[in-house]
Amino acid sequence: MALQSLDIQARSATTTAVPGVRETLDVAKLIDISKCIGCKACQVACMQWNDLQGEIGHNHGDYQNPRDLNDTTWTLMRFYEVEPEPDRLEWLIRKDGCMHCADPGCLAACPAPGAIVRYSNGIVDFHQEHCIGCGYCITGCPFDIPRLSKKDEKAYKCTLCSDRVAVGLAPACVKTCPTGAITFGGKDEMIRHAETRVADLRERGFVKAGLYDPPGVGGTHVMYVLQHADRPELYGLPKDPTISPLVELWKGAAKPLAIATMALVGLASLFHYVTKGPNAVSREIEKETEHEEEEQA
Amino acid sequence: MTLSRRQFFKVCAAGAGTTSLALLGFSPDQALAEVRAFKLARATETRNTCPYCSVGCGVLIYTLGDGSKNVRSEVIHVEGDPDHPVNRGTLCPKGAGLKDFIQSEGRLLYPEYRAPNSREWQRISWDEAFTRIAQLMKEDRDANFIATNEAGQTVNRWLTTGMLAASASSNETGYLTHKFARSLGMLAFDNQARV
Amino acid sequence: MTNHWVDIKNADLVLIMGGNAAEAHPCGFKWVTEAKAHRKARLVVVDPRFTRSAAVADYYAPIRAGSDIAFLAGLINYLLSHDRIHHEYVRNYTDFSFLVKTDFAFEDGLYSGYDAETHKYDRSTWGYQLGEDGYVVTDPTLQDPRCVYQLMKAHYARYTPEMVEGICGTPRDAFLKVCEMIAETSAPDRAMTIMYALGWTQHSQGSQIIRTGAMVQLLLGNIGKPGGGMNALRGHSNIQGLTDLGLLSNLLPGYMTLPGEKEQDFTAYLEKRSPKPLRPGQMSYWQNYPKFFVSTMKAWFGDAATADNDWGYHWLPKLDKTHDILQVFEDMNAGRMNGYICQGFNPLASAPCKIKVSGALSKLKYLVVIDPLATETSEFWQNHGEYNAVDPTRIATEVFRLPSTCFAEEDGSLVNSGRWLQWHWKAANPPGEARNDQEIIAGIFLKLRELYRTDGGAFPDPILNLAWRYKQPHSPAPDELAREFSGRALADVTDPKDATKVLVKKGEQLNGFAELRDDGSTACGCWIFAGAWSEKGNLMARRDNSDPYGIGQTLDWAFAWPANRRVLYNRASCDPAGKPYDPSRMLVAWDGLSGRWSGSDIPDFKADSNPADGMGPFIMNPEGVARFFARDMMADGPFPEHYEPLESPLAKNPMHPDNPLARSNPAARVFEGDRENFGKPDRFPYVATTYRLTEHFHYWTKHCRSNAVVQPEQFVEIGEALGAELGIRSGDPVRVRSQRGFIVAVAVVTKRLRSFVLDGQPVHTVGIPIHWGFTGVARNGYLANTLTPFVGDANTQTPEFKSFLVNVEKIQRVV
Repeated sequence: MALQSLDIQARSATTTAVPGVRETLDVAKLIDISKCIGCKACQVACMQWNDLQGEIGHNHGDYQNPRDLNDTTWTLMRFYEVEPEPDRLEWLIRKDGCMHCADPGCLAACPAPGAIVRYSNGIVDFHQEHCIGCGYCITGCPFDIPRLSKKDEKAYKCTLCSDRVAVGLAPACVKTCPTGAITFGGKDEMIRHAETRVADLRERGFVKAGLYDPPGVGGTHVMYVLQHADRPELYGLPKDPTISPLVELWKGAAKPLAIATMALVGLASLFHYVTKGPNAVSREIEKETEHEEEEQA
Repeated sequence: MTLSRRQFFKVCAAGAGTTSLALLGFSPDQALAEVRAFKLARATETRNTCPYCSVGCGVLIYTLGDGSKNVRSEVIHVEGDPDHPVNRGTLCPKGAGLKDFIQSEGRLLYPEYRAPNSREWQRISWDEAFTRIAQLMKEDRDANFIATNEAGQTVNRWLTTGMLAASASSNETGYLTHKFARSLGMLAFDNQARV
Repeated sequence: MTNHWVDIKNADLVLIMGGNAAEAHPCGFKWVTEAKAHRKARLVVVDPRFTRSAAVADYYAPIRAGSDIAFLAGLINYLLSHDRIHHEYVRNYTDFSFLVKTDFAFEDGLYSGYDAETHKYDRSTWGYQLGEDGYVVTDPTLQDPRCVYQLMKAHYARYTPEMVEGICGTPRDAFLKVCEMIAETSAPDRAMTIMYALGWTQHSQGSQIIRTGAMVQLLLGNIGKPGGGMNALRGHSNIQGLTDLGLLSNLLPGYMTLPGEKEQDFTAYLEKRSPKPLRPGQMSYWQNYPKFFVSTMKAWFGDAATADNDWGYHWLPKLDKTHDILQVFEDMNAGRMNGYICQGFNPLASAPCKIKVSGALSKLKYLVVIDPLATETSEFWQNHGEYNAVDPTRIATEVFRLPSTCFAEEDGSLVNSGRWLQWHWKAANPPGEARNDQEIIAGIFLKLRELYRTDGGAFPDPILNLAWRYKQPHSPAPDELAREFSGRALADVTDPKDATKVLVKKGEQLNGFAELRDDGSTACGCWIFAGAWSEKGNLMARRDNSDPYGIGQTLDWAFAWPANRRVLYNRASCDPAGKPYDPSRMLVAWDGLSGRWSGSDIPDFKADSNPADGMGPFIMNPEGVARFFARDMMADGPFPEHYEPLESPLAKNPMHPDNPLARSNPAARVFEGDRENFGKPDRFPYVATTYRLTEHFHYWTKHCRSNAVVQPEQFVEIGEALGAELGIRSGDPVRVRSQRGFIVAVAVVTKRLRSFVLDGQPVHTVGIPIHWGFTGVARNGYLANTLTPFVGDANTQTPEFKSFLVNVEKIQRVV
C-alpha cells in the first residue's frame, strides 16, 4: 500500500473513495526566475536521483539541452533572450517541468486505473507500471509536460521526488539549486516567501513582478516568481492555462462507462483476492516477464 | 485468469486511443500505487569535498552496504553536504553529477605503455612501469644534471626533465610531489595556477 | 581571496568583472544572492559577454575583451576627481604620502628603464625616497608632486570617460552609472567586493588588471572589510593549495622563493628575503623568513639538514630563469628536454597553441601521465581524425599512463579559494589497479633512490638525504604528510622571553608558525599551514559550522591559513583607533581593557599592539601599509597602464598612438619565434575570447555522462550583428580560424554578444567555450587552444586566452 505520509487523494480512472482522515502538509515548489542562473544543476540532480541516463544529443544553436523534455529529462532549463523594453536585454531562464496542478489535466484524461495519482500533499505522480502508453495525459496537460518513452511506451514526468518527500526530504532539484532559486515547503509558506521576493523585485524596478499560480488548474504545486508576471509568454508559459476541452469531453462521454468499469474492477479484485490472496507477485508472472525480456534482448 | 504485466501492457497499447482500459475488466496485480522506496535508507554516508572548482563544496558520498567485510562497496549517489557552511547542501551541475566522474568509462584501470612509434597501448604492471620510468629518469638526470654553471657557481639543477603537478590533488600529494621534484633538482616544475 | 565565500553575503555591492561567478562558481555565487536578498545589495557585471552572471545582475555594462585596465583606470580617475574615496583609510593604511624617487618617470607609455631589445625594464628607479634613518620620506600633506597620491592622480587623469569609451567600447552612460554605484561604497559603512577569475588573469597584462582592481578597493577602503576584498575565484579545487605549497618553478612552500644562481651565499639569500621595516614601528613579518626556511629544510631533509651545511641550501636547485609552463614548452619544442611528467594535468588542452605543445611532446624521449582519466595529453600521439591528425609512427616518445585515484577514493585536504584547508574521507575503493598519487610518487622515488644508492650517479645527496620516514615507505599516509607540513618540535621550544617556559615539548605538533625557530629545533613543511594538525588533532577535519556573530565567520569549521584567519588584513576594518568602521559587521576591534585585539575573526595583526603605537594593518609589507605604487615588484610598471592585447583589432594603443613600443605590454612574455606568429586584423578581424560553461569543468566532465547530456557538443558564440553580416544563423556549422589553426563548431547567434564601434570601425566578439576534445563521452570536438597565442603575462606568464584575433566563416554541414 501507499506510504501513509502520501495518502492518495485522486487516482486516474478510479472512483474508489480515497482516504480522507489524515491531514498532511500541502507542499509546493517555488521557482524564482529572478534568482535562476540557468546552471542546470537541477537537471543533473534530477537525472542522478531518478536514475535517468539521457541521450547525448547535439547543440542546436542555443544553451538548451536536451532539445526538449523527454522520458529521461523531467526538468529542462529553457532560455529566452528578450528585450521587454528597447535596449534592455534580459536573459530569462525558466526551469520547465511538471506544475503539479491541484486539478491535474493529465489525471483527468488518463484512462488507466492508478497510472496517475494525486497525493494529499499535492504531488501528482505517474505510476508507469499501470501506464498503457495512450498519451492522453499529454493531451490533458495544459503545460505540455508528460512525454512517452520510445523505450517502453510509457509516460514519464517529474514526480516532485515523491520518494524523497515521503521521507521528509526536499526534491533533488530543490536541494541542489546553488542560488536558492528553487525553494520548497508548505504551499502557504511558499506564497508568503514569494511575496517577499516580489517586493524585492519591485524595489529593483520590476514593477510587474508577481507570482504565477494559475487558478485555471486550481493553482499549482510548482509556482514561479516572474519579473514580468503580466507577460508569462516571455517565459514560454501559458497566460491562463486550463484543462483542454477535449479532456472535458472525454470525461463526459466516458462517465457512464467508467461507472460500469469500476464495478467490473471491483469484482475482478474480489475474484483475485479469493483465488490468490492479497496482492503478491506470482512467481510465474515474474518468470514469464523475465523470459520475455530475455527474448527481446 | 491473470495476465502477465507485459501482456497486459501490450493489450493496453493496442486498445489505446479507442477505449478506457478499465472496460477490459482487469487491473494488474499490485494495482495500488506506491512511491518508490527511498534508495539511500541504509547506505553508508562519507563526507568529502568536490574536486572541481575552488568553492570547495562539501559532498556526501553514498555507498552500497554498511562496510561489512563481504560487501564490495560501490558509490550509488552523491549529494551536497547540508552542514557545509559554503554550499549548505547545494551543488552545481558538475558537483551534482560527480557519480558520473567516479564511475566514468574514461577512468583508467591499469598502467599502460606506448612504445616509440607504436599505434597502441599495452598493459604493463606497476613494477614494470616504476622500473622503466626510474631508469629513464636516472639516465637523463645523470647525463644532463648541471652541478655548476659557466660562472662556476653551484646550481645543482636538472632542466631536461620537467613535471606538471596536479592542482586538484590533495595538499598531502602536493607536498610529497614538491619534495620529490626538488630533491631531484627539477626547475621545470609548475602547476595549473599559471593557466 | 582576501575574504571568503560566505563573507560575500556582507557586501553592499558586488562587482563581477574578469569572471563569471554564476557559471564558474555557482555555489559560491549563492552568497551574492544572499547579499541581494538580505542586504539589498546590488550586483554589477562588466563583461564582454552577457553571461549567466549578467542574467541576474542589477546592472550590466559591456566591455571589449582585453580593455579592463582602461575601464578601471577610468574608475580610479572618477573616484579621485570626484573625491569619492575613503580619506581616513588611504591616509593611514596606504602609501599615499610616500615620496617616489625623482628619476622615476613615465613617458609616452613607457616607464623609466625600458630596454627595447630585451623587452625588459631596469627597475632601479622604481622606488621610494629614503631618509638617512633608512625610512621612506613622506609628505602627510599630500602636496609634494612626488608623493604617490599626486603621481597617481596625474597618471590616471588621462583616463577620461571619453577615453574609456574609445578603448573599451562601453557606452559613456553605462560607464558612469557603474562608477556612481561603486563610488557609493567609499562610505565607511558600505562595502564592495570584487569577484574575478581567469577573465582578469589570462591576459598579457593580467597581473596589472588585478592590481588596478585592488587599487580601486584601496581607494574605497574596501580591503580588510567584511563584504569587501579582492576575491580571486580560483579554478581547480586545490590550485590554491598547490600554490601555497610552492609547486611553481620559482617557489618554495609558503611563498618562499628559490634562490637564483647568483645567490651562492646562504646568509645573503636569507637577508634579501627578510626586509627591515620601511617605516617606524612596522612589523614586516617576512623578517621571520629564516625560521620558515630552516623549518622547511628540516621537514624535507631531517637530520641531514644541519647548521654546518646551511640546512641543505645547496641541495636546492638554483634558478637561471623562470621555468614556467610556457618556457618549458618552448624548451621542449626546441629539443632541449627529454622527459616530462604530467600529474593530473592536461597540457595538450590547457597550454596555449596546441600545435606547438603537440610538437613539443613529440620531441620528448619519455612522457609519464598520471591521471584518473584518459586525457588528450596521454593520447597526443594517437590519431583521432580531424581532432588530432597526427601520425603515430612518426612520434618516438615513450608514453606511460598511470591510473590514479580520484577524490572519492582517498583521504586528504584541499584548500578552497577562501584559504580553508578542508579534510575529506575515502568513500570507495579505486577501480581496477588505480593507485593514489602518493603511492605513485613513492613508487618512482623509491626505485630512483635505490638506483642512486647502489649505482651512484649525478649528485645523489639530496635524493639520498630526503626524509622519507613513513610507516609504509611505498605508501606515505595522508595523515603522516599532513602532520609533516603542519610542523612539529624537534626539541623543546621555549618562550623567547622566558627560556624556562616550554611552549611545545620535543616531538609534539606545533600550534602555529609563531613557534617556528631558525636553529633547527622545529620542522615544518609549509609555514603558512602551521598548526593545521596540532596536538589538538586534525583541525582541517573540524566540522562545527556555528557562526556566533551571524556574519558567516565559522572559525571552527576546517582550518584557514594563516593561523585560521578568515579575512586577511582585517585590522583595516577598524579606524586608526581600533574601532570597527561598521560595528554591525565586526571582524576585530581593539579592546583597551584586555589590551588585545579580538572579535569574530583571528586578528591579522600583532594581537597586543596598541593602536596608539601606529602599526599599519599590512603587516607583511615592510611599509606596514598597502601600496598603490608597486615599487619594483612588477615586471611591467609600478602603476598599471592600458596596453592592447598582443593581438588586437586596433592598430595603435589609443593611449599612446605615436609609440609602437607601447601598443601592447612592452614587457609581456613573448618568445622570439612566436613574435611573428601573431595574427593581424586584416586577416583576422574579430576579437576572440575563450571561457568555461557552467555545465562543464575544464576537460574532465566531458567524461561524465550527465554533464555531456546537458551540454553535449562544441559551439561558438557570435553576436547578431556579425551573424547577419556573415549570413550565419544559430545552429549553422562554422569554422573559426586564427593565425595558429582552426576549429569547427556549431554557431550560437545571440543578442548577448554586443558589437562595439571603435575608432569608427565595428568590432565584433567571438566567444569560444573550451571543454571539448577527443576523449570522453561528450561529442568529440577541437581543443580550443588550437587557436590561442603563445604569449604570457609579464609577471605570471599566464597565457593570453581571453583576447586574440580570429576569423569566422560559415561552412557546409559535414554529414
